[in-house]
Amino acid sequence: MSITPYRVPVVPKIKRDNYIKLYEKGFRTDERDFYTPRKISIKTNVLEKANGSSLVKLGNTTILAGIKIELGQPYPDTPSEGVLQVHAELSPLASSFFEPGPPDENSIELSRVIDRSLRDPRVIDFNSLIINPGNKAWVIWIDLYALNYDGNLFDASMLATMSALYTTRMPELEELETGEIKIKNKVSNRPIKINKRIVSVTTAKIGKYIIVDPNLDEEIISDTRSVLVFDEEGNIVGAQKTGMGSYTMEEINNTIEISSKASQVYFKLLEEALENEKLER
Amino acid sequence: MMARPEKFIDESGRRVDGRLPNELRPIKMQVGLLKNANGSALVEYGLTKVIAAIYGPRESQKSVSLPDRASLRVRYHMAPFSTEERKNPVPTRREIELSKVLRESLEPIVMTNYFPRTTIDVFVEVLQSDGGTRTVAATAASLALADAGIPIKALFGGVAVGKVDGVLVVDINEVEDMYGDADMPIVAAPDLNLVTLYQLNGVLSKDEFQEAFDIAMNAITGIVNMEKETLKSSYQVENKEGDLEK
Repeated sequence: MSITPYRVPVVPKIKRDNYIKLYEKGFRTDERDFYTPRKISIKTNVLEKANGSSLVKLGNTTILAGIKIELGQPYPDTPSEGVLQVHAELSPLASSFFEPGPPDENSIELSRVIDRSLRDPRVIDFNSLIINPGNKAWVIWIDLYALNYDGNLFDASMLATMSALYTTRMPELEELETGEIKIKNKVSNRPIKINKRIVSVTTAKIGKYIIVDPNLDEEIISDTRSVLVFDEEGNIVGAQKTGMGSYTMEEINNTIEISSKASQVYFKLLEEALENEKLER
Repeated sequence: MMARPEKFIDESGRRVDGRLPNELRPIKMQVGLLKNANGSALVEYGLTKVIAAIYGPRESQKSVSLPDRASLRVRYHMAPFSTEERKNPVPTRREIELSKVLRESLEPIVMTNYFPRTTIDVFVEVLQSDGGTRTVAATAASLALADAGIPIKALFGGVAVGKVDGVLVVDINEVEDMYGDADMPIVAAPDLNLVTLYQLNGVLSKDEFQEAFDIAMNAITGIVNMEKETLKSSYQVENKEGDLEK
């Protein structure tokens, strides 16, 4: 069951009015233009015991992604494919708005949007994750940890997911004399097979303005938000309206154009970050 | 389990169930069928059947009470017998997410500011699932809210647009959802030109994504007209002279 949030931060109406006045002049409070995301930093391989990991900062929003790979069984309806599990933890250490306890609807929505964007567009080569069709397959666990929440968990989580996947190393198997298959080394040198890169672009609608990568204040005063996920060819591989408001058709078309352009910026930043990582290793 | 059809669209341009790409399934609507609820509706798109009930506005529990508006509580749930194989009645992650996006689709439509410190409950139960359940749930919620007499800015409805064999098709059924290239549920209030829910599972080009909204808006306009007819005919009473009186 979903209920209208009652633990939301109170924002004086005057604050929203001030923000809109600033937008009328073409500015945002953090001196960005409407279409540029905050500064992005990506650091991969931050955890030794995970098969892949990444620490992403999008402005002050910080997400830690850890990928663990285990032996398991394929789903009966996809016997020749590996298994993907995405979970998000909105830990209370990340924000005064987060409560301890089992995943709430926001955490579930976040992980399911990331999951859908990876699964149907086949970002991961699921066929390469099968060991014994119908019987044994690799299970990819992607766990997203919010460490500091300053708005826009979707884009930060997607960057963390992609960069962690890029540095993920598969476990190594061995076959025993009995024919049984077991894991010899938890991490080998073999990377996981990735078919394409994707980025998520979150925009907020505030009054008549559509702005890319809202920070927490902007998220709170926004009427509603749109998450559009793009691949490098410019296709839309995932979408979700999130938040309480609505869009006119004109606003939607506007949002698509703005997000599509911003996706190029995100791709460039992801590219650069991964490039730097390669040099370091 | 359902098998994947060889072709989703045959030589004559018809889909697996004989429909044209822009053709909806047969739609049935009924309101006021649950006596205890303040409002209720049963909506069917083909084999998908969803029942919705409204309770409230009634006094909120103190801890969740909002001083300036009513709280909306939405529960999307699938009956154990609604699917091919029995579904465990415990709410899944999917049902939790859909409850959230459905609630967020109602927030801009329901005039909650009229009922501070109260809760309006929208319970939707999927009785039979054959694709597009959340969009049928939205249509049922629209009718049930109207039946409950709760002020809403406009009637709304939902439809899922899909892509099969490279063609955009409206109101996808379960096979088209399961094996198609894309599933895009949309909820809108066409009288106000407002889209209140969209999601996408699959891959669409930018142009297809935009076209999907046009297709959905068109279909939802027809669905909302059906809602209006259903409501009108439900509250018409015949007087002694045999004339129709509203």
